[in-house]
Amino acid sequence: MTRTTAPFGRRMAPVTAREEHGAYVVIRCRDRTGPAPQPGQFYMLTAAERWGGGEGERPFLPRAFSVLRARGPELHFLIEEVGPGTKRLTELEPGEDLLLVGPLGNGFTKPREDREPLLVGGGVGIAPLAIWQDELTAGGSESPVLLGFRDSDHAPGAALLSDAMVATDDGSAGHHGRVTDLLTGELDDHGDRVEVYACGPPAMLEAVRAICGDHGVPAQLALESGMACGFGACFGCVVPTVDGYVRLCVDGPVLDAQMLESAVVAGAGH
Amino acid sequence: MTAEFCGLELEHPVINASGTFDAIAARRAFGDELIERFPFSAFVSKTVTLEPRQGNPPPRLWEAAGGLINSIGLPNKGLAGYLEHDLPELARLPVPLIVNVMGFSHGEVAQLVHAFAERDEVSALELNVSCPNVETGLTIGADPNEVAALLHQVRPLTGKPLIVKLTPSATDVAAVARAAEEAGADAVSLINTLRGMAVDPRTGQPWLGGTTGGLSGPAVRPIALAQVHAVAQAVEIPIVGMGGVARGADVLDLMRAGATLVAVGTESFRDPAAALRIRSEVSELLANTAVFDRRSA
Repeated sequence: MTRTTAPFGRRMAPVTAREEHGAYVVIRCRDRTGPAPQPGQFYMLTAAERWGGGEGERPFLPRAFSVLRARGPELHFLIEEVGPGTKRLTELEPGEDLLLVGPLGNGFTKPREDREPLLVGGGVGIAPLAIWQDELTAGGSESPVLLGFRDSDHAPGAALLSDAMVATDDGSAGHHGRVTDLLTGELDDHGDRVEVYACGPPAMLEAVRAICGDHGVPAQLALESGMACGFGACFGCVVPTVDGYVRLCVDGPVLDAQMLESAVVAGAGH
Repeated sequence: MTAEFCGLELEHPVINASGTFDAIAARRAFGDELIERFPFSAFVSKTVTLEPRQGNPPPRLWEAAGGLINSIGLPNKGLAGYLEHDLPELARLPVPLIVNVMGFSHGEVAQLVHAFAERDEVSALELNVSCPNVETGLTIGADPNEVAALLHQVRPLTGKPLIVKLTPSATDVAAVARAAEEAGADAVSLINTLRGMAVDPRTGQPWLGGTTGGLSGPAVRPIALAQVHAVAQAVEIPIVGMGGVARGADVLDLMRAGATLVAVGTESFRDPAAALRIRSEVSELLANTAVFDRRSA
């Protein structure tokens, strides 16, 4: 699949809605001129007001987010507050504006022949799986979805996808344990028929990579890293692969699990 | 708003800082629109070294107050890889190409300069001297004598313009600039990033994989102005000024301090097309402002 290229430069997108799902906030915006993103692609987001610049302090750089959902010209982003940039983004209200660059990077590709998608997400990393599920469902396939969250504050994120099996670290919803427990069960039963699509925290992705490796199951992993630019300029978002370091922003963020030396990206999730 | 620089007729005075814009990767992200609206009047490519480099282990970035600390470590394909893969693509850009090179000894720099000396695709060379000379242990760009010795060795190798990218860590940056001019440099560019560090709040250890990194962005803008001003008092050759340029007014300030061209760096990370906006702000400001020209004064 050829990647969808982004318009050159930053553009204004009015915020149309703000929704809370437990600890998560979904910000919707209207992107009148951009192309429809592919599932797994991402955008660099900046709040138009109160975002560094000039004499300001942090946040200074844009923040990278996989698109959660695209409905016509409306883009949805899933945000969890973890620092000054995500704090500002979760405060956005209708009437304010986002500045965005995107869609960027390589998204998910269709499963190999004779395999069906199996979606595995953790925490805020469930975002690209929602738009991927939308596309798979539109194509007539009902793919199993396994989602993991740390506690009852975060489990409401599961409602953003359809028919998800849930695991929570504290047992407050669904399976008491890791989402990778559910994955092992699925692969024990159907490992010869599925291809895994996963996004989540580094430790989860590393576990997914190991489990899929043990079962001989192909996996596409959407990784995260701190990024300054998102379009290959800063060389800041590298991950180690069998071919050496690659830039997640232009060679990912979706990478084949077999390419990776490790899915634990230094400095991610911070 | 044309600009004359070392014999090059440029459409405007705004270029990119080396290592802050990868035109090949940007073409993949933005397609042909990048070429149609190319933001810089000349393109400076990322530092090329003799041998390929993987660069530093991640994490490589830290957002600082009004800026960014990067510890990238000059990853590149090496001279042979650059000549085979990057140069043919960069030669197709709609603007002149300036190649930035760095060596770990004067001999390595000489090999790099020699390799580009006869390449028609290359309009000028920028020498990154912010690195230690492995033979002397001295940072080449921190010492006027080192810079002069380097220029004496490489100047005879090419008729192409040689731009010396000065390091802001020199005790007397103007003295280094003067040494470069006297030894035959055609221009100087400044400032490079300033050495900085960040601590991981969770572990108390240095955050960056390379321990320290280079600080850039608006935080360094006043330092850039002061150093460009100091260098402009010391040399006659043209100056490429850079450091925290985010607006047209910053370009004008650097030109008033003595820069002929101005480079945009970190601001392109925030908006890939930032230089287009900055350029049009400069046009508007110039329509209403007289720029102090240090030569006609």
